[in-house]
Amino acid sequence: MTAPHTDLLIVGAGPAGMAAAVTACSHGLSVRVVDDQPAPGGQIWRAIETVASTPRLARLGQAYRAGADRARAFRSCGAVYEPQSELWQIEPGFRAFLTRDGQARSVTADAVILATGAQERPVPFPGWTLPGVLTVGAAQILLKTASTVPERPVWIAGCGPLPLLYMTQLLAAGGQIAGFLDTTPRGRASAALRHLPAGLRRAGELAKGLAWSLALRRAGIPIIRHVTDLRAEGDGRVERLRYRTEDGREGEVTAEVLLVHEGLVPSIHVPLALGCTVEWHPAQHCYVPLLDGWGETSQANLFVAGDGAGIGGAEAAEPRGRLAALRVATRLGKLDAVRAERAAKTERAALARALALRPFLDTLYGPRAQVFAPADETLVCRCEEVTAGALRARAVEGRPGPNQLKAFTRAGMGPCQGRQCGYTMAHIVAAAQNRKVEEVGFFRIRPPLKPVTLGELACLDQREPAA
Amino acid sequence: MNAEAFDAAVIGGGLHGLSAALHLARARRRVVVIERRWTGRHASGATAAGVRTLNRDVAEIPISLEAMDSWHEIERLVGDDCGFHSTGQLLVAETEEHMAGLHRREARMRQLGYRHEEIIDAAELRHLVPALSRHCVGALIARCDGAADPHRTILAFRRACEAQRVVIAEGCGIEAVSHERGIWLLSCGAHRFQAPMVVNAAGAWAGRVAALFGDDIALGVRASMMIVTERVAPLLEPVVGVVGRALSFKQSDQGTLVIGGGLQGAADLDRERSTVSFNELAKGARAAADLFPAARDVRIARCWTGIEAQTSDRLPVIGASPKAPGLLHAFGFSGHGFQLVPIVGAILAELAVHGRTRRNIAVFTPRRLMGEGIAA
Amino acid sequence: MFRKLHNPGSATVTIYIDGCAVTAEAGESIAAVMLRQPTGWSRTTSISQSPRAPYCMMGVCFECLVAVDGKGSLQGCLTPVRDGMRVTRQQGRRSLSA
Repeated sequence: MTAPHTDLLIVGAGPAGMAAAVTACSHGLSVRVVDDQPAPGGQIWRAIETVASTPRLARLGQAYRAGADRARAFRSCGAVYEPQSELWQIEPGFRAFLTRDGQARSVTADAVILATGAQERPVPFPGWTLPGVLTVGAAQILLKTASTVPERPVWIAGCGPLPLLYMTQLLAAGGQIAGFLDTTPRGRASAALRHLPAGLRRAGELAKGLAWSLALRRAGIPIIRHVTDLRAEGDGRVERLRYRTEDGREGEVTAEVLLVHEGLVPSIHVPLALGCTVEWHPAQHCYVPLLDGWGETSQANLFVAGDGAGIGGAEAAEPRGRLAALRVATRLGKLDAVRAERAAKTERAALARALALRPFLDTLYGPRAQVFAPADETLVCRCEEVTAGALRARAVEGRPGPNQLKAFTRAGMGPCQGRQCGYTMAHIVAAAQNRKVEEVGFFRIRPPLKPVTLGELACLDQREPAA
Repeated sequence: MNAEAFDAAVIGGGLHGLSAALHLARARRRVVVIERRWTGRHASGATAAGVRTLNRDVAEIPISLEAMDSWHEIERLVGDDCGFHSTGQLLVAETEEHMAGLHRREARMRQLGYRHEEIIDAAELRHLVPALSRHCVGALIARCDGAADPHRTILAFRRACEAQRVVIAEGCGIEAVSHERGIWLLSCGAHRFQAPMVVNAAGAWAGRVAALFGDDIALGVRASMMIVTERVAPLLEPVVGVVGRALSFKQSDQGTLVIGGGLQGAADLDRERSTVSFNELAKGARAAADLFPAARDVRIARCWTGIEAQTSDRLPVIGASPKAPGLLHAFGFSGHGFQLVPIVGAILAELAVHGRTRRNIAVFTPRRLMGEGIAA
Repeated sequence: MFRKLHNPGSATVTIYIDGCAVTAEAGESIAAVMLRQPTGWSRTTSISQSPRAPYCMMGVCFECLVAVDGKGSLQGCLTPVRDGMRVTRQQGRRSLSA
């Protein structure tokens, strides 16, 4: 069994976590990396080590291929790596509680870097809980990790780079696309254009996006533009979709699988549970932790790196991870401040470059209004099966915030702990009370962050008798 | 600035504050509830909501039994059953030694003329709670006890208050008080309230509120931890506690297992936050797993702590301030105040309206915690 | 709903879903395997008994909860298959056996 204490604990083995580990180890820190996935890479480089040696690598593109080197560097950096480990709590000081193979235990560290990435923005609409509705990210994970694609021509709805990338990958893999319900509102392209001059620093990325769009057009994929409303119907599984566009055009199509995507939001459950201050990010329509130039949160020695700090993609995640690691090395006396500053300059320049296209993308692909205002019949809380209508009815009784509404309706009390309903609920409260969404607040996040069993927690009592 | 005038102001929108306001309003008093955050924010929203007469301090038994009668017709008070089920509460003995202790308790109760606690043997225990581990040897039972749904209870009391025209001022924390010609003026930011009677039901912060009125009451703080699990199929009906261990175990209407028992997390009164300590909570999980082996693999959905006041003798403070005219205190329930909610409100209303109560509350006097120099 | 693009060859393992043998590739997740089954759903909810299937595949949504070798409510998308594994679809609230 590995020593329970390290200088640094990193949560997440994606681009940010791996980069942070490599940097921290190079400065002589002892590092433990815990991750819930079975292999390093995070979501962007899921299963990279397995896929790298197969012909399947080609169809996943250049950006995916880059993960192989990163995983290799990470494996050899000297960090203690614990895959398939679920972090379920961090207490101040820091003591982190983990479960691996049904065994709970705690480890300690002087500093923590949270590199827990992002999740897809929940997109509630009537029928989104039917089997057959998945996120585009889920389908991409199926492609990367299980070489699995929709059996029949698939419908894809939403906007953003990910649907375009996935569709390209799916076609390359021999999959079929029934059509793309593009939810980008009219006028977004011209609004986004004013951010283009800065974005031109990332001309390569722009070209990639254009190439994806062209490939789809060439493949003759039906594209329905400016879709505002979506509904999945069927008896126990998706059988058909109905949609409406901005022009009031309505359509109904048969479907077996519908993939949806409306952008990403940072995973903020861990920072929130630890009492870190968060602030509203108006362009990305989500909360981000309040961070200094190194990624340190409002809690000393607790850092956030990667998409958890704000959506920026893998190329922003890596410099963010290295910046945090540099700061930890300085704090723990392994690196003097001047050298850290010097190294940070390079990383900050890389970060600025990586983020140059964000304002353009955030404007172009910002979620349509309907994402935050689902029809009354829509299940907002998938776990506790609470509808938008039920939440709206209660939201005007007194002036409840999300936490009171949670107590009264049970929305947010299920196993996902509000990861699927938190933002929708905040928007419903805000709309019902005529307030700004950032004023109504967010769920208080209660531990454990992952559902550990009673027996696993009980074992902790045996291992660590009370002082 | 003009202050809004009321007959009584209740400080604290927890269940005790709401109950006091409801009873006062039913006695035709114009009442405002002044709540710093929102109704039920702290202990009331974090309680396990056990409705228990079982194994209470002898001093509390009379009011607890009267409260029990109220719970059995709670709908008449607040228009909703508050999710209350009279499933019984059990105090289980794991050893013969503990069982002997329970027999002594029962004998004492009979001696005092109480009949609400009975001994049951291992066979009846198994019949009542088949999921309980076979090593348990017997129990003390209060058959009329049970549990309610805390959030439903808060909502019911709040709605009942509003139906009686109680003004609920949320987001108002009292910052200063002054007294002039028999009227208290309470200030919180731009808001001003005035009333001749004030009820201090500010829970964990009641000591600070008392200090604003010049009452120096020694008060500790509790941050009792709770575990709630995923929903599971019906496992047990009664609420189960166990001798010698910090455990209270029950199943909610939704199917979640609700596990408490008074294990303590950390409270921070200034930041109004409390935190769970998992190494400590592991003891509760162990007790739960020992008593209910089938629950070992059940997943914990969330854990939390609620902050409330604790007195040195674990008895609540209920009664008039010895110094501040028109001020009534009701706090310090030390982890077992939920069941007393209907009765304490009634007592406070009596005190406010008639200046006395027919219940014996001498033992709950604030004086006992006020040290020297309050004789005058 | 979904299909596998290649034959796993020597990496093929057998798992049992509600007692039925199905083939899978070593290392892929239970949730991926379940999405390839004709039944379509992988659990029913504890409130309305509605069918649900894996949704996010990255451990966020908890729709893919299954019982594995008698242990309930595991996230299928975070659990790789093992040869001989017995997977049970949870229907409604979990029942606890002593």
